[in-house]
Amino acid sequence: MSASSAFNDEKGGSSSVGEPEYGHDPASGGIFSSDYKRHDDLKEMLDSNKDSLKLEAMKRIVAMIARGKNASDLFPAVVKNVACKNIEVKKLVYVYLVRYAEEQQDLALLSISTFQRGLKDPNQLIRASALRVLSSIRVTIIVPIMMLAIKEAASDMSPYVRKTAAHAIPKLYSLDPEQKDQLIEVIEKLLADKTTLVAGSVVMAFEEVCPERIDLIHKNYRKLCNLLIDVEEWGQVVIINMLTRYARTQFLNPNINESLLEEGGGGEKTFYGSDEDEDEDEEEKEKKAEVAAMAKRKPYVMDPDHRLLLRNTKPLLQSRNAAVVMAVAQLYFHLAPKAEVGVIAKALVRLLRSHSEVQYVVLQNVATMTIKRRGMFEPYLKSFYIRSTDPTQIKVLKLEVLTNLANETNISTILREFQTYIKSMDKDFVAATIQAIGRCATNIGEVRDTCLNGLVQLLSNRDELVVAESVVVIKKLLQMQPEKHSDIIKHMAKLTDNIQVPMARASILWLIGEYCEHVPKIAPDVLRKMAKSFTNEEDIVKLQIINLAAKLYLTNSKQTKLLTQYVLNLAKYDQNYDIRDRARFIRQLIVPTEKSGALSKYAKKLFLALKPAPVLESPFKDRDHFQLGSLSHLLNAKAGGYQELPDWPEAAPDPSVRNVEVKESVPEWTKCSSREKRKEKKVEKPFYSDSEGESGPTESADSESDSASGSESGSGSEESGSGSESEESEEGSESEEEEEEEEEKDKKKKKKELKKPVPETESEQSSEEEDRKIKRKSKQRKSDSESESDEDEESESESSQSESEDSESEIEVKKKKKTAEMKPPSKPVKKETKKEKKEMSLLDLDDFEPAPSPQVTPVNTFLSNSLVTDLEGLSLSDSVLSPATIAPSSVLKNYELLHRITGEGLSVEYCFSRQPFSPDANMVAVQMQFTNSATSDTKNLHMEDVKLQSGMRVKEFPEIELLSAGETAMAVMGIDFCDSTQAANFQLCTHTRKFFVSIQPPVGELMRPIFLTENEFKKEQGQLMGMNEITEKLTLDAKCRNEHAIVQRVTTAANLSRVPCGSDKECRFAGRTVTSSSLVLVTVATKEEGAAQLTVNCEKMVIGTMLVKDILLALTQ
Amino acid sequence: MIHSLFLVNASGDIFLEKHWKSVVSRSVCDYFFEAQERATEPENVPPVIPTPHHYLISVLRHRIYFVAVIQSEVPPLFVIEFLHRVVDTFQDYFGVCTEAAIKDNVVVVYELLEEMLDNGFPLATESNILKELIKPPTILRTMVNTITGSTNVGEQLPTGQLSVVPWRRTGVKYTNNEAYFDVVEEIDAIIDKSGSTITAEIQGVIDACVKLTGMPDLTLSFMNPRLLDDVSFHPCVRFKRWEAERILSFIPPDGNFRLLSYHVSSQNLVAIPVYVKHNITFREGSSQGRFDLTLGPKQTMGKAVESVLVSSQLPRGVLNANLNPSQGTYTFDPVTKLLSWDVGKINPQKLPSLKGTMSLQAGASKPDENPTINIQFKIQQMAISGLKVNRLDMYGEKYKPFKGIKYMTKAGNLCQFRLH
Repeated sequence: MSASSAFNDEKGGSSSVGEPEYGHDPASGGIFSSDYKRHDDLKEMLDSNKDSLKLEAMKRIVAMIARGKNASDLFPAVVKNVACKNIEVKKLVYVYLVRYAEEQQDLALLSISTFQRGLKDPNQLIRASALRVLSSIRVTIIVPIMMLAIKEAASDMSPYVRKTAAHAIPKLYSLDPEQKDQLIEVIEKLLADKTTLVAGSVVMAFEEVCPERIDLIHKNYRKLCNLLIDVEEWGQVVIINMLTRYARTQFLNPNINESLLEEGGGGEKTFYGSDEDEDEDEEEKEKKAEVAAMAKRKPYVMDPDHRLLLRNTKPLLQSRNAAVVMAVAQLYFHLAPKAEVGVIAKALVRLLRSHSEVQYVVLQNVATMTIKRRGMFEPYLKSFYIRSTDPTQIKVLKLEVLTNLANETNISTILREFQTYIKSMDKDFVAATIQAIGRCATNIGEVRDTCLNGLVQLLSNRDELVVAESVVVIKKLLQMQPEKHSDIIKHMAKLTDNIQVPMARASILWLIGEYCEHVPKIAPDVLRKMAKSFTNEEDIVKLQIINLAAKLYLTNSKQTKLLTQYVLNLAKYDQNYDIRDRARFIRQLIVPTEKSGALSKYAKKLFLALKPAPVLESPFKDRDHFQLGSLSHLLNAKAGGYQELPDWPEAAPDPSVRNVEVKESVPEWTKCSSREKRKEKKVEKPFYSDSEGESGPTESADSESDSASGSESGSGSEESGSGSESEESEEGSESEEEEEEEEEKDKKKKKKELKKPVPETESEQSSEEEDRKIKRKSKQRKSDSESESDEDEESESESSQSESEDSESEIEVKKKKKTAEMKPPSKPVKKETKKEKKEMSLLDLDDFEPAPSPQVTPVNTFLSNSLVTDLEGLSLSDSVLSPATIAPSSVLKNYELLHRITGEGLSVEYCFSRQPFSPDANMVAVQMQFTNSATSDTKNLHMEDVKLQSGMRVKEFPEIELLSAGETAMAVMGIDFCDSTQAANFQLCTHTRKFFVSIQPPVGELMRPIFLTENEFKKEQGQLMGMNEITEKLTLDAKCRNEHAIVQRVTTAANLSRVPCGSDKECRFAGRTVTSSSLVLVTVATKEEGAAQLTVNCEKMVIGTMLVKDILLALTQ
Repeated sequence: MIHSLFLVNASGDIFLEKHWKSVVSRSVCDYFFEAQERATEPENVPPVIPTPHHYLISVLRHRIYFVAVIQSEVPPLFVIEFLHRVVDTFQDYFGVCTEAAIKDNVVVVYELLEEMLDNGFPLATESNILKELIKPPTILRTMVNTITGSTNVGEQLPTGQLSVVPWRRTGVKYTNNEAYFDVVEEIDAIIDKSGSTITAEIQGVIDACVKLTGMPDLTLSFMNPRLLDDVSFHPCVRFKRWEAERILSFIPPDGNFRLLSYHVSSQNLVAIPVYVKHNITFREGSSQGRFDLTLGPKQTMGKAVESVLVSSQLPRGVLNANLNPSQGTYTFDPVTKLLSWDVGKINPQKLPSLKGTMSLQAGASKPDENPTINIQFKIQQMAISGLKVNRLDMYGEKYKPFKGIKYMTKAGNLCQFRLH
């Protein structure tokens, strides 16, 4: 206790002096020790091998950084500790590194390898943190390393690492904008991610790197909408803002028809002069719209995607995070039909209870909204009443809102409220109130007189500011209709006797001078009084007296000539040179003399010109061309990086761009005949209305629980609700699932019976069994954690969704029915249900992949893998047992290593035997056949001087001691090609000669077959999407249009094994690369007339690309 | 997004800086200081200040300005909300968020800031996740750490960040399983001089302290949920369930959290539980003014009104006040002209009053501003809106938790009586 308090005391004490602390090491103490020396001490501590000393040193260094002290000279000492075992030391070193790496680039490079190692760590959190720090080091040299790391992390299994990759993208972009194109690729890939964890971060990256690439959003739009509610709050803000912009480019203005109606209702609006031009504009627009509407003769129908966005963002108005609420509010303001915008008012008013900074921003936005949509906030008028404890800036904004909300019905309450404000002690606020009253008076004709009278009373206020403000406002009001208010001018003239405030006196004099023809009798009298007191007046008043005199002289020279002369003479000898100047100037202008120039002719025009009435309008007018809630809107100036909110398009762009062909890569889809597919494309609407209703739960991160909890009744009603849904209802409820699984099994069995008998090994069955068990377990766990209540909720929501869509879907249902009728009767219903079932299982698997608790997945793969390897151990028997699944070995191709002529009689051929190379499983077995066609024997055949690319290894074949003439011999060597197609060069030696030879493997030989079940295959394939997937369309060679031929050709081209498959339209193959055991999955889906699609999924992209080429070649020739 | 953060104390010193991207010179704060000088009151510094190359967005909490430096377009509320979250976290960690507390825990503060933002974008703001990463300092732990050299940084990795319920730690264990809910309502009202209500609103929150083992799933239902006009939830609340059944269903975070804030609409008549009788007069030409104030309870359903505190800003012309309270103590600050009267509990039999004279500046005319009175009070065991919790159920775990619900009514910050 004492130690700690002493330390704290010292810290506090030293910081108050503004000196960095020295710790409690007496050796280093002393106020006079130099910086240099003190850092020496820290260096010593960092170099020690005690973690506690290091930690102490790092803490002090971080404290220095926090206070803004320079600690850069410690860089070498600190960076050494980057690999320290102690977590806290490590973290503090990271803090230091990120802060100073930019200044010490060379030294910073020393730490890079640590992070590169971290990137490969099996623990996802360590991988993520390594990437995070690596990408935070702003050193240009490591840009390629960062790029690589980001790309790798973007396809990491863990969503958390992918999230970190998304965070790293803007970092790299700011470091090197040249990388933009590559980064966009990564963004595109991450946008397709289905987890909530990634969504917010990747959209953030999108906004920072390529906000203009709106086309990248199309395919992900619906997914983003559906995920939104589960994304963390900060991500929600970013996504909503982006989607607002997106929607503005893609959908039609929902208020296009309503603007017509508005014109009638907006009668009061035309009353304000200021709004007139705007109205004209609007009218024009409306006319256009009208014409357009007439031409179309069709009411506006909201795009279902537009509706989806509005519906999915609405619940977020209930968020505790003010930024989220504001984001939704601006989305509704910019995108929703007028009738629906109202919902945001309540939420915004709620925010007014929050911290004053939040209030400040919200009020700014409310002020803008009230100009366009006053009705929305009218019920909440009282929430904008001002409390004496509000900061002035809040008060002024509330006034603004109140003024905007004022109309004939509520003006009396508002004015009463304003009256109390005028008595406030905050003078700035009082001034603002007077301005507000002035604006109310200009806007609402009925109360203009009341306001004027009230303001006139204020003229007797003792506060100069209040009076000045009132006079200014009165002046403005009078300028609008001076002829009606001669009595007020008279009244003000009388006030000159009482009012002492110079500003007010000056204003009154100006008014009388300006409108002297309305008060022809009083004006000269006022001038008389003023002339009498001229010498005692303040300067501004004197100036106005001169002005008044001049104006009167021009209009009424008879009565005022002498007075004017008198005043001008007084002014001529005034102390103030301004006044003397003014007097001289005016005398020249108005009193005609021989010398007076041409200007005196225009004196009347100069003095009595009609001054334009000042316009009293809200400073928030027209601010809504900035996206609300944005910084630019707040400042009313474009901030850097602000993306303009585009205008609505005239005609809606093609909505089909957002259609997502559900998992095209997953072969199940291709199973349906092309005709069916075409049909689906034609009937777009039902297609996506379905996906709209259903993709939500399936795609959200915790989809598993969702799909598990969708109660039967819910899905039942769904199906009955609209026939369309049954076609591809993807939801599987838990109870259905088991049945379905069984059914699936049954089906499989049947199929197996139908086809040529595939021998089932017990282990295969059990592996499947095991898989399922695990799956079921994890599911149970999920459903445990999720309450039962969830079920009701889900079903509830689902039914409500379908209800809401009823109107839209009605037509679609009809359409569907038609198409259903058109369906050829030959397609039995059975088939449809089968397909549906398939999809269910497929989705299950897919759901399984981004499971929220990712620990489950690896366990699963591990298990099945181990089983596979177990199987492989029996590989010999395996190939015997299931000849159909393992590649036939008869198709081995021979290559020439040494020609008979160059080999002087010795010829060597080799082939890839496709047998596991027993001494080393990572090697490819190469079988060589030596033929001695020479006349003499060849002795001591062996290899030498092996030249390999780094990483490659060779297991030499045993020396052949004697190869007699005319004989042949066989030998097997093993080469580890490191999964590359680099050649292995070596010398083949005989007792007399050496031949340089090389073996280059075709890519198909770099793998070994593995056995996968269909489900495993699909699951693995689901994990190898995006950049790991290559798809090619091809036309099959005429000779290989049957399944057998395809299998034959593919297995010849690559050492893969066939995966059993329920469809005859598809062939699947699986293998692993020999060295790194990366999965290689090949799918050939055939269509009509020899069209086919080849899909290769492989972790190693290079291998994948090459393999595609090879197989393509094999299938087309 | 957020480039840098500077913490500025009341006297205008930068005592902490943190950069998430490249370093921004602290001279950027000069623009802030300029604005600070221009503002008459500390809270009048504009939250958003544009400078030639940056934008400064600041919040003021506990007399510390948290100034964030922004370089390009970002929703200002995003930054403001985040800064408040930072302050809340500090408060959560250190009990108070003062300059001294921050300076004493500068390393923890730095570690927290490092975890909360990545490249200026919020990463982990959930206090449960942060507490797993960085343990809050306690006296005991600080002591142990200094002796053993161990650390505040959590050894285990924050799995919460990866889960579907990021707000809850896994593997929570308690011997006493308890869940407490506090229904706290605040009245915001403006009452005019005749005693009639101009506006009155009730804002309520339900704060929870849940210490339950495992992964409990709670449902909370109200007797009269229709009272709630507008609600905002902790992210754990299942929104759809609320929409459909008006039942709060949630997996609670571990420890203290705000489950719900709600608003009872101003359309309903709100009974203000306190009334004020006042007579404050200034006579023209005299240098004396009379001050007479009496408080009384109103419609409190027999519950006592406690912790009453009256404060009023008297007009500038008032030099001093010579008052006599029937109970409690009063103070008058002749510089700020702030009168505050700590009344304590209102006894309905003997109403508290404050009477006396005010001396005015000699010769000055009668002040034309009239003061307002702000009142703070508390009423235990009552929710003024009449909101009642019906039942609390737990699913998902076997044990029987101890449940407790407490009601309280308070005056909001904005409960004021106008005296003119």
